[in-house]
Amino acid sequence: MAVDKNMPILIVDDYKTMLRIISNLLKQLGFGNVEEATDGSMALGKLRERNYGLVISDWNMEPMTGLQLLKEVRADERLKGVPFIMVTAESKTENVVAAKAAGVNNYIVKPFNAETLKKKLETVIGEF
Amino acid sequence: MAANAYKTTLSRRVEALQAERGDSVKLSEVAGVVESLMTTMEGDISAIDIQMHRELQELADYIRRAKDEIAAIQPQEIPNQHISIATDELDAVVQATEQATGVILDAAEQLGDLAKKLEGDAAAQIDAITTRIYEASNFQDITGQRITKVVRTLHHIENKVTALARAFGHDMQASPAAGAVAKAAEGDLALLNGPQMPDKANSQADIDALLASFD
Repeated sequence: MAVDKNMPILIVDDYKTMLRIISNLLKQLGFGNVEEATDGSMALGKLRERNYGLVISDWNMEPMTGLQLLKEVRADERLKGVPFIMVTAESKTENVVAAKAAGVNNYIVKPFNAETLKKKLETVIGEF
Repeated sequence: MAANAYKTTLSRRVEALQAERGDSVKLSEVAGVVESLMTTMEGDISAIDIQMHRELQELADYIRRAKDEIAAIQPQEIPNQHISIATDELDAVVQATEQATGVILDAAEQLGDLAKKLEGDAAAQIDAITTRIYEASNFQDITGQRITKVVRTLHHIENKVTALARAFGHDMQASPAAGAVAKAAEGDLALLNGPQMPDKANSQADIDALLASFD
């Protein structure tokens, strides 16, 4: 099935610069329907208001981290199936293990390049 | 008094101090207990008593020297001046890099919009260039996080130094204002200050006006 490039994508990061970078890279890949949140709590609120096809989230945020957001999403009956990619500077084995245990679909370590973003997206939502 | 009796008396006095002050007993107070105990050792002295007296005297001397050494390094300067200056400078670094990255991204986005109006190789090449700009701009997020870690470490050191100095009875409030230097540099060295904080720096317009005032 062809990937719907118009699907709404939610990107979550407390650094506005990073939100711009990810948003622009997604636009270059053809995904123009992008919304932003600056921490897990704001993201959870948006997720509960409308349907998103994908969440791309940072880890280190306050008051709710990306890991906490992931756990909330997976615990919510309506949200649990939303694909979730973690994009973070946290690169230790225990971080990746914890994210995987919490149900992350893929994991990108910062700094990353456009090719990595595309590959990880394709493993989660299909080739485009 | 026999050696065991002195030992018991010492233990009781230290316990009484701890019961009164909890875990934050100043070392100077412990030294006071040791000294007062030593003054009660009069007349009834055996070889063991002499040995214990000597050890207690050494302990009291050690505490006194440690206190003097800590006072000499002026520990209040560490949190009130040096760490304060360091964290202000690091915050300024984060702000400056965030602003600069914003300008770079503005330019990249404008290039991307321009590319949409072109066709063929030129459009593809501009897209590739803007992608490299976005990838390189990742740095600002990483440097911001690293600097935040450094600031947290500095605050941790600040808290430890303050607690240690207070344990030795040092008054951490007796300090010059944050940002003031303890000893003024002399001659040309006094002119080496590095970049100023944005709210204190002269702008180019201020400097031009100053230079013009000499004409």
